[in-house]
Amino acid sequence: MRTARAQATLWSVVGVLGVAALWELYKAIAPDDGVTVGTVTVLPRTTDIAMPHIWDMVTRLFEPVTRAAGADVLWWAVLQAAAFSLGIAVLGWVLGVVSGMLLALLMQRWITAESAVLPWVVLSQTVPLIAIAPLVKRWGTAIHLGPFQWENWMSVAVIASYLAFFPVAVSALRGLKSPPQADTDLFHAYAAGWWTTLVRLRLPASVPYLMPALKLAAANAVVGTVVAEVSIGLGGGIGRMIIEFAATASGDPAKTWAPILGAVLIGLLSAGLVALLGRGLGRFRRGEVPA
Amino acid sequence: MSATRAAVTISGVDKVFRTRKGGEVHALSDVSLEVAAGEFVSLIGPSGCGKSTLMRLVADLDPVTSGTIEVFGKSVEQARKDQDYGIAFQQAGLLPWRTVRANIELPLEIHGVEARARRERSDELLALIGLEDFADHHPDQLSGGMKQRVAIARSMAERPRLLLMDEPFGALDEMTREHMQNELVALCQETGAAVIFVTHSIPEAVFLSDRVVVMSPRPGRITDVIDLSFSSRDEELREDAAFYEGVTAVRSALHGGADASSGPRGVENR
Repeated sequence: MRTARAQATLWSVVGVLGVAALWELYKAIAPDDGVTVGTVTVLPRTTDIAMPHIWDMVTRLFEPVTRAAGADVLWWAVLQAAAFSLGIAVLGWVLGVVSGMLLALLMQRWITAESAVLPWVVLSQTVPLIAIAPLVKRWGTAIHLGPFQWENWMSVAVIASYLAFFPVAVSALRGLKSPPQADTDLFHAYAAGWWTTLVRLRLPASVPYLMPALKLAAANAVVGTVVAEVSIGLGGGIGRMIIEFAATASGDPAKTWAPILGAVLIGLLSAGLVALLGRGLGRFRRGEVPA
Repeated sequence: MSATRAAVTISGVDKVFRTRKGGEVHALSDVSLEVAAGEFVSLIGPSGCGKSTLMRLVADLDPVTSGTIEVFGKSVEQARKDQDYGIAFQQAGLLPWRTVRANIELPLEIHGVEARARRERSDELLALIGLEDFADHHPDQLSGGMKQRVAIARSMAERPRLLLMDEPFGALDEMTREHMQNELVALCQETGAAVIFVTHSIPEAVFLSDRVVVMSPRPGRITDVIDLSFSSRDEELREDAAFYEGVTAVRSALHGGADASSGPRGVENR
């Protein structure tokens, strides 16, 4: 057991090093202008601007963000931005999971609701984020409840949840409907009501379906947060940082990669959080593991 | 037999299923049957004869089309709400996330029995089915026969006076099956519950039952009722001449006027 875990850790380290090695290998052997077929570039350029050395990226992390006096060290600035974005992504994930579950319950309870709502759920994901971002912002700012003020970060969380709710709604619905007729017959024979059947049968049975959806929702919430930060124009997070640093790419190419590492870090952390949650629900995941 | 002594009274029941294309399937036609308290009655017949349907009507899992069914003098709905019967299906249908004990306690839990009383009852039942050592195991750690025993213990959790069993041993191998039959006989003698037992197997029906109800399809109906009055049901009965007479009686009733050499499909002679 322990050796298996140690092996898994070893291989994930080897995987990361492998990617770094591939990066450097390609940079070493491919021509500066990349590989072109006719006029189309099929493999990327390998100049230091397009593909800085791995060690340059790492050393850049330990230098100040800008030359201005009192500027933070880059890794610290990235970490702060990552924490800010992660906070919003977690909020978006929670909102998305809650609304996805509620939708699934609604669709499970009433067949008509399923036929009425499910097409909209699917359709909702075809609307580009960039199109809904300004809408959410405008609707949000129209809300006036006493001292409550709609902030930009709230818009970002709402957009993140808009991406996160979809896999949850679809998988939860499948999970809630997964108990075989023999099981629902049994609960009917026990004269158990809808609520009892939900709590004792349908919800536990939906956990194996829900786990992959929660992971997907976490990834979506992170992507949604980063993209929405850009579309809404919310500073302080990874999204804006990527745009700001990209502007300096020609002069300081290694710096561009720092916030991308930050985004990867958020993704890993959120996947880890969901995995932790899954461990807590372990007893509901016995036996079959549906796709 | 007086009406109060009857566990189940079925009179003139018809069941028609409407198919999605607008057709009708006459699953049961004019079925009448009375099951006395403490009596073991098997329903046997080829596939499509409506034996499972009949059991589901008694359990109030499907509504009758016409006719009436009374369980202990009450409507089936009332009997279901009062938990007058226990039920077991062909698939054990244990909840995989619950331990053996928690599965047995499920109906008690749903009906608000307090934890200590649940624990006492599940201890009793675990001893009865001989799975005390498996109380904290999960269903995926059990063999098919063990799972079925747990399902039967669960059906008895609330000490019902009526047990409804739909081919509970259908998925088991022959050895396990005979063993389970012996255990069921012992359990029924202990609890004194009436049983309606749906089966495909002639020897199983003969071995277990006070009466075997023979049914035939299109439309599903009762064609014969065979009384069996064995003095005791143990391993010796399986080799007894009376047992074979019973098997022969049920078999010829099943074949009825039809071609005796082929026999009805879906009935096992083993």
